[in-house]
Amino acid sequence: MDKLQAIVDQYQKVPGGLIEAFHAVQDEYAYIPEEALRRLAKAFEVPLARAYGIASFYSYLSLKPRGQYIIRICKSAPCHVKGAAEVVKTLEEELAIRMGETTPDQLFTLEFTECVGVCAETPVITINGEPYGDLTSAKVKEILAQYRQPQ
Amino acid sequence: MREEKRISLKHYGLIDPDQIEDYLEHGGYQSLQKALSQPPAAIVQAVKDAGLRGRGGAGFKAGIKWGFTLQTPAEQKYIICNADEGEPGTFKDRLIMEGDPHLVLEGMAIAGYAVGASKGYIYCRGEYPYIVKRLKRAIEQAREKGLLGTNRFESNFSFDVEVRMGAGAYICGEETALIESLEGKRGEPRSKPPFPGVAGLWGKPTVVNNVETLAAVPWIIEHGATAYQQIGASRYPGTKIFTLTGDVARKGFCEVPTDVTLRELVYDFGGGVAGGKKLQAVQVGGTSGAFLPESLLDTPADLDSMAAVGGTLGSGAVLVVDETRDLVDLAVTIASFFKHESCGKCTPCREGTFQLHRLLEKISRGQGSRQDLETLERLMWIMTQASFCGLGHTAPTPILTMLQYFPDPFNNRVNSQAG
Amino acid sequence: MVNLTIDNISVSVPSGSTILQAAQAVGLKIPTLCYHPDQTVKANCRVCLVEVEGARGLQAACSQTVVEGMVVRTSTPLVFKARKAVVELILARHPQDCLNCVRNGCCELQDLAQELGIREIPYAREIKGMPQDKSTPSLVLDPDKCILCRRCLTVCQEVQTVNALGLRARGYQTSVGPAFYQQLNESTCVMCGQCTQVCPTGALAEREEIDKLLDALADPSKIVVTQMAPAVRVALAEEVGLPTGELDMLTLVGGLRRLGFHRVFHTNFTADLTIMEEGHELLERLNNGGTLPMLTSCSPGWINFIETFYPDLLDNLSTCKSPQQMFGALVKTYWAQKAGVDPAQIYSVSIMPCTAKKYEAARPEMQDSGYQDVDLVLTTREIGKLFRMAGIDLKQVPPSEFDPWMGAYTGAGVIFGATGGVMEAALRTVYEVVTGNELANLDFTVCRGMTGIKEAEVDLAGTQVKVAIAHGLGNARQLMERIRAGEADYHFVEIMACPGGCIGGGGQPRQTDNAQRAIRIEAIYQEDVALALRKSHENPEVKQLYTEFLGQPLGDKSHQLLHTHYQAKSKKLK
Repeated sequence: MDKLQAIVDQYQKVPGGLIEAFHAVQDEYAYIPEEALRRLAKAFEVPLARAYGIASFYSYLSLKPRGQYIIRICKSAPCHVKGAAEVVKTLEEELAIRMGETTPDQLFTLEFTECVGVCAETPVITINGEPYGDLTSAKVKEILAQYRQPQ
Repeated sequence: MREEKRISLKHYGLIDPDQIEDYLEHGGYQSLQKALSQPPAAIVQAVKDAGLRGRGGAGFKAGIKWGFTLQTPAEQKYIICNADEGEPGTFKDRLIMEGDPHLVLEGMAIAGYAVGASKGYIYCRGEYPYIVKRLKRAIEQAREKGLLGTNRFESNFSFDVEVRMGAGAYICGEETALIESLEGKRGEPRSKPPFPGVAGLWGKPTVVNNVETLAAVPWIIEHGATAYQQIGASRYPGTKIFTLTGDVARKGFCEVPTDVTLRELVYDFGGGVAGGKKLQAVQVGGTSGAFLPESLLDTPADLDSMAAVGGTLGSGAVLVVDETRDLVDLAVTIASFFKHESCGKCTPCREGTFQLHRLLEKISRGQGSRQDLETLERLMWIMTQASFCGLGHTAPTPILTMLQYFPDPFNNRVNSQAG
Repeated sequence: MVNLTIDNISVSVPSGSTILQAAQAVGLKIPTLCYHPDQTVKANCRVCLVEVEGARGLQAACSQTVVEGMVVRTSTPLVFKARKAVVELILARHPQDCLNCVRNGCCELQDLAQELGIREIPYAREIKGMPQDKSTPSLVLDPDKCILCRRCLTVCQEVQTVNALGLRARGYQTSVGPAFYQQLNESTCVMCGQCTQVCPTGALAEREEIDKLLDALADPSKIVVTQMAPAVRVALAEEVGLPTGELDMLTLVGGLRRLGFHRVFHTNFTADLTIMEEGHELLERLNNGGTLPMLTSCSPGWINFIETFYPDLLDNLSTCKSPQQMFGALVKTYWAQKAGVDPAQIYSVSIMPCTAKKYEAARPEMQDSGYQDVDLVLTTREIGKLFRMAGIDLKQVPPSEFDPWMGAYTGAGVIFGATGGVMEAALRTVYEVVTGNELANLDFTVCRGMTGIKEAEVDLAGTQVKVAIAHGLGNARQLMERIRAGEADYHFVEIMACPGGCIGGGGQPRQTDNAQRAIRIEAIYQEDVALALRKSHENPEVKQLYTEFLGQPLGDKSHQLLHTHYQAKSKKLK
C-alpha cells in the first residue's frame, strides 16, 4: 500500500489526473483493486460512485484481478479478415483457458481488444502493451514460450 | 504512377526520433521561430489560407477553429492534440509520433502561439504506451533546449506540453468526449454548443486538432499557405496519410496529395489484391467508413469527392476485402465494435448498436428474415437521425453501404430462411 | 427576443430559449423522458425529436436553442416515426410486466408508448436480468426497468450530493447503482427517495408495504393507530384528484377511519411537542455553553446524511427524536396507559411524505416504549393507492374528529411540513418563553421560501440569536462545510433533507418539481394562518401531556422516550 501512496502523491495535484493514477495502479497490480479505487477516490475528492463509473467506463482498465501477462487480441475488422479467430483458437488451446480468463498460475490473461493500430501486421496481439504482428499459430506458440521462461 | 509527397511524415525514417538534435539539424523548430516573428492573427490567417482541414475524419477547417479560440478572450487557453487514434485500420498518427515526435510538438506550439494558449495536452491512446514514452522524452528534450516550458523566446511566448493516456474508449476520439476524459471523467460527449473553441477543457477556449493536422502546420509556415493550398484537391488541399490493410498485397502506408484515387492507393501503393484474388470491396475511412465497390475505385479520395459517391474519407484507413470474404460476417464484426464502443449516453446509439449487432448476427446465422432487413433499415435510419454524437450517426455507414453496393450476400442469407 | 415558427405558429421567446420552451409557450407538448424542469438539460433520451428546416437530421427540442427565423415542425409523420423508433429501442430492453409494476398507470414510459401508439416491437426482447435491490427498508432499485435517463443521477449527485448512485460500465451494459454493483445499504444512500420523485419508470420506487397494513387491520388482536405528518394532507389531495391543499383535514380523518384505522391521530401533535423539547434544549445549550450551533433532527434523510458525511458534528445534532418517533414512543406508553390498552396490542402506523422514515422507524434505537415504537410507515403515495384500492372517494367522505389526547395541534406543528417551518415554530415558542411577552407578529417570513440557504438574526430580549435554514442535502453540505471549518457562528440551524422540506419529500405524489413544491408550501401556510392556535406551547393536549405524564420539557421521562443519540456510519461508505 506504500506504492499506492506514492501513486496518490504523484497524481493528486495533477488536474484531471485520476485516470493517469488508474493507469499507474494498473501498471503496479495488473488491475485496479477495490481498496485502490477507494483510496484514489478519496485522494482525488471524487465520490466513490463516480470514481467507479470512470474506472468501469474504460476498457483498458480492469476491475478484476488479472495475470502477470495480459494478452490482448485485436478483434477489429482488419485483424478479423486476416485470421484473428485462428489466433484466438491457438491461444485458448495453448493456455487452456477461454477469452476473458486467467491461467491458474496467474501468468496469463486473455482479453479481446479493439484495434491497437498495428494494422500493417495483421493479425495482431499485444502482451502488456507490446505488439506482436503477422501472427500464425506457430508464431503464437513461440511467443508464449518466451514468456513462459522464468525471467 | 503516383508518387508520395511527405509533409506530415517528412522526417519519417530519416531522423532519430529520440534525438532532438537530429530534428534541429533538419530544420526543426524553425517554423516556430518564423511564426513567432509574425502576429498571431497572421498565423491563423495562414492556416485558413492554406485550406488545412482536420485529418481526424470530420474535415473541419483548422483555421476556422483556431480563429474561434483566438477571438475568445480568456486568461488560459489550451491546445489539445488528439492522438486517440481509435479508428480500426488506422495508424497514421502512430507513424508521425513514432517517427517525428518533435514535429507534433512544434505544430502544437505554433497553434498555441496563434490562439494564445500556453498549455498543450497530447491525448494519446492507451494502446500506444511506447509512443507515450517517446513523446515524454521529446518533451523533456524540448524543455532542456528552452523550446517548451518556461520559454526564452524574445516574444515572451511560453508553451508547455503534457501527455495524457487514453484508457480504451473509441468515443474519446470525439473532441468533447476527449475533453471530458482529459478532465478525468467518463469520456462521454458534451452538448454543442458551446464548442470547445469557446469553452473546452475546464471551460476554457480549446483547440482540438488531430496529430496529422498539427503535423502539417510547420510545413505550412515554412513554405507558405499558397504552396500548401496548391497540393492535392482544391477543397481539401494538402496531403493525406493512408493506411492500407486487409487483403492488399503490400500492407502499409503512404502520404500522398489528396487528389489520389482509390485505385491508385490500392494498386499503385498497395500492389493490388493479395494472392491474385479479385477485389470485392474497399472500406475507406476506418470501421465507420463506407464499403465501396470496384466500380468506384476511380473516385478521388478527398473528403468531398468521397462524400459525393456516398463514401467517406475518415481517417484515411483503406481496408481491402477480397472476393472470398463473407461480408455478412464482416458486418457482424463491425457491429460488435460499435456495440462495444458506444458510450451509452444516448438511446439511439446505445440501444441501436446493440440491436444492430443482434440483427446482423441473426442474419449471419441464416436465421434472419426479410422483415429483419427492413427493421435493420429503420434502425439505421433512427441512429443516423437522432444520435447525440458522430459515433451513432456514422456507425451505420458501413452496413448501409454494404446493403447499397453488396446486397446479395444479405439477401441470399435471409432468402435461405424459409418464410 | 427571438422569433420563430413552430408548426406554423409564430412564437417570440427570449434568446437562449430551447425549442421545447418555445413550444411550451404556445401550448404545444413535445414528449420527453430525460428532461426535467428542475434539472440541467441532458438530451440523452432523444425522444423530443423535431424537424428543423435546414438542419442535418432531427433535432432534440430540449437542447436545441432557437435562432431567429427558425422553422420547427413538431408533429409530422417523420417526427412521429422517429419518436416511435426511439421508444421502440427502449422498450426492446424494458421488462413488459407493466401490469404488476409499481408504476402501472403512472409511468412516463408507458404513457409515451401509448401516446405514440406503439403496438409492436420489431426487436427480440432482451432484458439485462439484473437483480432488484431491496436492501434498504425504504427503496427498491430495479436496474432492469432503468432507461438511463439519468434524472436520478442529477438528483443524487448534484442536488443531494449523496452520490450513492452512479453509472457502471458503458454502452449497452451501462447501469445505474452503487459502486462495485453493491447494494444501496452498502452505499452512501440516505434513503431520501428524491430519486423516486424523478424516475420516469419503475426503476426507483418506494418499498411498498400496503399489505402489512392490510394484515394488521385483519388481525382482531391488534389496535391499529395512525399518525400523519404535517406535509401529507396538502399533497395527498393530488393523489385523490383534488387541487393541492384542498383536502379537508377532518374529511381525511373520516377517510382513514373508513380504511379501518381504529384510532386516528396527528404527527402535528408531536411536532408541537418537538418544539417544546427542542426549544428548551436550545435554551439550555445557549445558557450552559452547550455545543452550537444546534442542528434540527426531524428529517431522517438528514440524520443518515450527517451520520455518513459529518459524524464529527453529531454532537451538534439536537437529541430530540423526530415527531414520528416521539409519537411512536408515546402512543405505546402515555396513550396506552390512558386508554387502558396493552401496548403489545398496538400496531402503530405512520403516514409520511418520506421514504427515509421507513428506515428511521426500523432503527434499533427506536424501541424506547419497550416495543418497536412505530410498526409501519406508509408514504403519501401508498396511502393514496390504498384509498383507490378501497374505492374510497375522499370527495364524498363525511368528516370525523381526531381521537383524543394525541390529535390536537397548532399552526406551528403544521408548518413543520415546509422548509423553515421548524425554525419558525421554534422561534414563536422560544421568543415567548424567553421574553415572557406575546409575539405581535407570528410570521417569521425570513424563514420561508425556496432559497437554498436562509439566514436570520432574531432578537430574544436582547440576545441576538443567529439562525440558518437549509433544505436539500446539497445546501446542507454547504452549510456543514462552513460549520466544520468554524466559519459559521449560528446558534440554531434547521436542515431538511428534501428540497422544499417535507412537502417535497421522497414519498410525496409524483412528480414533485419545484413549481409543485411552491404550491404545496403556499397551502401549508394557509392552513397555519387559518388555525386559532399557532404556537406549540399553546397546544392543550401537549400541556396535558406534560401535566399528566412527562412533567416538564427535558425531564427524565422526556429523556427516556423523546431523546436519542445517533452514531457515525462506517467510514468506508464515503
